[in-house]
Amino acid sequence: MEHLLGLFVRSVFIENMALAFFLGMCTFLAISKKVQAAIGLGIAVIVVLTITVPANNLIYTYLLSEGALTWTGIEGMENVDLSFLGLLSYIGVIAAIVQIMEMFLDKYVPALYNALGVFLPLITVNCAIMGASLFMVERDYDLAESTVFGFGAGVGWALAIIALAGVREKLKYSDVPAGLQGLGITFITVGLMSLGFMSFGGIDL
Amino acid sequence: MATKTKDVLLNPIFDNNPIALQILGICSALAVTSSLQVSFVMCVALTLVTAFSSMFVSMIRNHIPSSIRIIVQMTIIASLVIVVDQILKAVAYDISKQLSVFVGLIITNCIVMGRAEAYAMKNPPIPSFLDGIGNGLGYSVILLVLAFIRELFGSGKLFGFEILPLASNDGWYVPNGLLLLPPSAFFLIGLFIWALRSWKKSQVEAPEYKIAPNTPKGEVA
Repeated sequence: MEHLLGLFVRSVFIENMALAFFLGMCTFLAISKKVQAAIGLGIAVIVVLTITVPANNLIYTYLLSEGALTWTGIEGMENVDLSFLGLLSYIGVIAAIVQIMEMFLDKYVPALYNALGVFLPLITVNCAIMGASLFMVERDYDLAESTVFGFGAGVGWALAIIALAGVREKLKYSDVPAGLQGLGITFITVGLMSLGFMSFGGIDL
Repeated sequence: MATKTKDVLLNPIFDNNPIALQILGICSALAVTSSLQVSFVMCVALTLVTAFSSMFVSMIRNHIPSSIRIIVQMTIIASLVIVVDQILKAVAYDISKQLSVFVGLIITNCIVMGRAEAYAMKNPPIPSFLDGIGNGLGYSVILLVLAFIRELFGSGKLFGFEILPLASNDGWYVPNGLLLLPPSAFFLIGLFIWALRSWKKSQVEAPEYKIAPNTPKGEVA
């Protein structure tokens, strides 16, 4: 239990998806002008990450990794290594889950569906989602670990985008040099935030 | 026709740069640039994937129903990335280890998707291929400049060879460790955009609020 808690804290703060690995940067910069929108997107990312990372973990352990197909009982399956199909399957799973979630929310939780709105389809191409699945494979997480990691990574990303949106809402009133206006100053702001988050690196878990 | 081809190929490099202007594909631009060699491999991989995926998407663009086009594009891109990933693992295993998840992330790199969706769906294969190469080059320019600065001043090396003699090897240069850390990539890209926009004035974004000069006291603009 303690180990999982440590993993959670690490994925939220120390190995923050957005600020330490630069994942999901495109949406991170594009949708961070308003706090309201940032909160919506942040929640969507948390939900999708918490579902997709464990789902991909199951697919990897029971279908793709070396010898994973032994459970089918078919002769010769213990030598089959399908891990090179990983990339294709993960992105497929992510796209499918996002689509299913969209239909499910539309039918049963319309309030949440309207709140998330345009962000749901955008999430398929968010590198933070794909990145978390790839990190999960690279670090050999088991099912419980990958659930916690997915949730933590989502929370970390949401935290970063909401904080950035807060800063940018204030920033638009300040006098920024012409060439730095907009995208340029946003990069510098994110750099400073990332510097701040590095101070969590000292936490020893 | 000749000038049009040239435009398609060269415009994305400075005039319509994917990173600095279109905000596409920033994720990997920041993460792999702490060493020049790694980012060089990344650039070649991304340029090839963008070019070929644009070409293939363009070839079948008249046969894809628009409701499933994203999935079709994803499948094409993912297959190309798998090829690149397997080649890298076979030929340059060390670099592939250093790139870790970022090769796989070419799939979700918005440059590839963005160009397939915005250009290749509407144009014939050959211009799409050139557009892919051009955007790949625009991405490469920023990546290589960043990696050059970060590696040279962060560890005194270029492509792993020592250029500035390090203090730890009886030289004079004390490396600036900050440049190897993630935040420096953000600062450098910000400054790069500033430099690019000072040169190409038309790319400057209009401020949302104009600060009125010398507002009299008690009167809020």
